[in-house]
Amino acid sequence: MRIFIIKRLLLGLLVLFGVISVTFVIVRVIPSDPAAQWVGPRATIEQIEAARVELGLNDSFFVQYGNFVADLAQGDLGKSIRTHQPVMTELKAFLPATLELVFLSTFIGVFLGLYLGVVSARRKDQWVDHLCRFFSVATVSIPAFWIGLLLQYVFYGTLDWLPLGERLSMNVKLFHEIPDITGMLLFDSLITWNLVVFWDALKHILLPGFVMALFPIGLVARMTRSALLEILNEDYIKAARSYGLSERIIMWSYALKNSLGPTATVVTLAIGYTLVNTFLIESIFSWPGIGNYIASAVVSLDYPAIMGVTIFSAVSYVFLNLAADMIIALDPQVRT
Amino acid sequence: MNHQVISWNAIAPRIKEFRETVYLLKRNKLTRIALLAIYALIFIAIFAPWLAPHSTHIMMDTNPQDKLLAPCTQYLFGTDELGRDIFSRVLYGTRISLQTGLLAVGISLLIGVPLGAIAGASEWYVDEAIMRVTDIFLSFPGLLLAIAIAAILGPSLQNAMLAISISWWPWYTRIVRGQAISLRERQFVKAAKAIGTPHYKIIFSHIIPNCIAPVIVQASMDIGGVILTIAALSFLGLGAQPPTPEWGLMISTSRTYFLSAWWYSFFPGMAILITVLVFNLLGDGLREVLDPKTRKKQ
Repeated sequence: MRIFIIKRLLLGLLVLFGVISVTFVIVRVIPSDPAAQWVGPRATIEQIEAARVELGLNDSFFVQYGNFVADLAQGDLGKSIRTHQPVMTELKAFLPATLELVFLSTFIGVFLGLYLGVVSARRKDQWVDHLCRFFSVATVSIPAFWIGLLLQYVFYGTLDWLPLGERLSMNVKLFHEIPDITGMLLFDSLITWNLVVFWDALKHILLPGFVMALFPIGLVARMTRSALLEILNEDYIKAARSYGLSERIIMWSYALKNSLGPTATVVTLAIGYTLVNTFLIESIFSWPGIGNYIASAVVSLDYPAIMGVTIFSAVSYVFLNLAADMIIALDPQVRT
Repeated sequence: MNHQVISWNAIAPRIKEFRETVYLLKRNKLTRIALLAIYALIFIAIFAPWLAPHSTHIMMDTNPQDKLLAPCTQYLFGTDELGRDIFSRVLYGTRISLQTGLLAVGISLLIGVPLGAIAGASEWYVDEAIMRVTDIFLSFPGLLLAIAIAAILGPSLQNAMLAISISWWPWYTRIVRGQAISLRERQFVKAAKAIGTPHYKIIFSHIIPNCIAPVIVQASMDIGGVILTIAALSFLGLGAQPPTPEWGLMISTSRTYFLSAWWYSFFPGMAILITVLVFNLLGDGLREVLDPKTRKKQ
């Protein structure tokens, strides 16, 4: 068991190293000249040459690679070509908004998904089950960016119940003090008991949060259903039934507990997917997170920014995978 | 040349199993609907020029006097900001999505399958090297890697396709490697090795043909996801470029008008949803039928 975890950690390190190397190689095969972009379209040849020296582009491939890794080890991801700001600083500024969205949607996804999965397993092969299964295939087939636009049309354009985008309304931003502890508005406003800000932030996060929750809902529902169906055939469930325990107790406290292992691994993967999904959703809802950041970086071909987000997301993904493997390893059924 | 004697006794159970699979697939109502819908989509893709009522509207031909009209009898799905018929463009989009989806999966197979077979059938260090590279690629979230590569290659439909293939092949490598490892120990491969068949020939004429079936199944499940990813890349501006009638791109341009013209984003999105959904439903049905745990025998 300990050996497994150590092995897995070492492999994780190797993969991290590989991710960084692949990213570096990708940056190096860019056909364009970063120096020319750095100084702008009207620069003289001397200025471009100076920029090449400044950006270290004249060094050999391996020296550049060494510098890249050394910088990265110090948390330096280079400077954005668009804003000339360090990418790391910008990421830090944009991250809380994204995390808030990812946490909320995972939360919604897990609870609704578990519920749907249980309902589906309890009424196997009835129409509720068919509906739930259809729904869970549909959630992974829906273009998230499209459903986002549709919901905006319905809830903002037609009903005018919810705001179009951003994190707070203008008047709340102007006339209320915005708490800033973790950068996650819902959490911050709740612990400072600033209900006006909380309510406004909640209204703003509802649509993007729901759109991003769709994928986890479907995934968790499907996983829970199949895990439960296997468990419900086990002897101890039959024993519990023969004691005359109610179906509700059997389902929620006997069966569900044992189906949580596979579900937990799926959840970690769903978080990874949700993180990348922000690239599509945030720009629709003008949500000031890293998804919006990379979407505008892509349009202006700001390579350091794109690479920064790539490395960040890949690293989080590696850790999430690691967490998933740990959960499996800690499962007493797997432990040997 | 190859003189292979195929014994009927060896093949008969396989044929029987295949027939059973087809039967079980068709018995599932949802899967049958999905199959019919896929036939319909292929039909639309092939005959788009004859089905489209305004086939001149596909690319640059504009008629501004009809811009942003709501759905009516002349324009079933309404018109866009240049007065082009959205219905015709959605029909042509079927062509683009199916083509690019199939091609992207095809390229991933071309990269992934040989690598997996080589990894599974070769010495341990070759295996390790290939599989660790595969691990690295799999540790990027698919869409993210595709975005990064597409951004670097430059925005175009071909590059988006290539980017998706580059991020997708490791899945096939994994499957084929698993198959190849078990095939390596089989009698006929050992026999081929014993009579001095070269290594590459063993891989390409013995290993790969025998492990292709599960890969094909996986690939057919993946088509939906690939089509969705291409649409997403186009939506971000990294895939098809205007005036291509690509669904994701149409939704992307509709963003400016969607509060006043809902039909502009609605119909292309519906087309993506239906296409991806039917492929995923087919994949779901296939998985259910081929998984021995859920395969129902009656």
